[in-house]
Amino acid sequence: MTLALYVPRASVVHRLPAGAKLLALAVLAVALFVLPTLTAAAAALLATVAVGLLVARLPVAVLARQARAVVWWLGALLVVHALTTDLRTGAHVALRLLTLVVAAAVVTATTRVSAMVAVVEWLCAPLRLVGVRPARVGLTIAMALRFIPVLVERADRIRAAQAARGGSPRGVRALRTTVAPLLVQVLQMAHDVSEALDARGADDVPPPRRRRSPTSEVPR
Amino acid sequence: MKTRDLAYVALFAAVIAVLGTLPAITVGPVPITAQTLGVMLAGSVLGARRGSLAVLLFLVLVAVGLPLLASGAGGLAPFAGPTAGYLYSWPVAAFVIGWLTERSWDRYDVLRGTLFNVVGGIVVIYAIGVPVLKAVAGLEWGAAFWSGAAVFVPGDLFKAVVAAAIADVVRRSYPVIERPRRTAESR
Repeated sequence: MTLALYVPRASVVHRLPAGAKLLALAVLAVALFVLPTLTAAAAALLATVAVGLLVARLPVAVLARQARAVVWWLGALLVVHALTTDLRTGAHVALRLLTLVVAAAVVTATTRVSAMVAVVEWLCAPLRLVGVRPARVGLTIAMALRFIPVLVERADRIRAAQAARGGSPRGVRALRTTVAPLLVQVLQMAHDVSEALDARGADDVPPPRRRRSPTSEVPR
Repeated sequence: MKTRDLAYVALFAAVIAVLGTLPAITVGPVPITAQTLGVMLAGSVLGARRGSLAVLLFLVLVAVGLPLLASGAGGLAPFAGPTAGYLYSWPVAAFVIGWLTERSWDRYDVLRGTLFNVVGGIVVIYAIGVPVLKAVAGLEWGAAFWSGAAVFVPGDLFKAVVAAAIADVVRRSYPVIERPRRTAESR
């Protein structure tokens, strides 16, 4: 599966541990709000872009794509602020936002999904106290990633089956006549997958002191 | 949670992701997408706990760098932008919808489902999304409301009805929510 925003490069930024990059991002976010001057925000933006383009050697398009998603908002912000407060405040707010978005894009483009998932599992470790097992979180993430292409394929199959019977509903009806049977199908599939996993020992690390049923000793 | 519950959670995270790939109608800066349809479905098919976890998992997948949001956006950037509040509101929305749905599981129909989706999927989402938009973007209340809520309500009402209709069919053919009976075997 080739869906990811990761851009492979041999750079210092890429080699940094994912946790460190996330921490840096959090620090930047706080700093931008603590240092409320236009120059600080502008400097931060310049520094972030420099790190992204020069140190991590990311293509401009990668950063531009994420920035484009917020450009509308930034424009609207400038206009609203120019009308209600003043242009300087507007520019400051807009710059601060743009910096955060670009910095987040740099972290995403330089960190593999698997490394990020590892950070998520690590972050889940304290949740052990409330009964969350980090390995199960990882398993669920893996299942979700696998289900995405399966869903697309199943949806195509339902649409093909409907077309073969002469009906290809459009619009609202299509949503209902395709999504409902699709959900029923894939719910069954998810159930089967969970049974297969359990049969292979996915549920083997039970919470302490689980009572054994007498039948579990019998080889089947 | 049983492995089966994890599989359902994973499945609906994937459903929300796939719904995001359907073509969106763009109004100004924010696309009207089928993604909140997925949030409503997660709550009304899986219930409060599993539904909200499914949405949370979807957001984790986005955050770790998959371009699963409707516009092909992904990574950490959307969580810092002005519309981040809407993302944060989704798990809460799914929880509220799921909670209401579980409460009246025996009497669920399209009308009730639509009502639940409106409460959880519209009221809750805007109650969280609009203040965040106002704070992050530094807008006035009026401007935040018009640009961040009013435009989308018709589309959301439509989605609330569609989600309820789908959830009703699924409920009759493959019910996932169990009737709330508090016996020993509940976890």
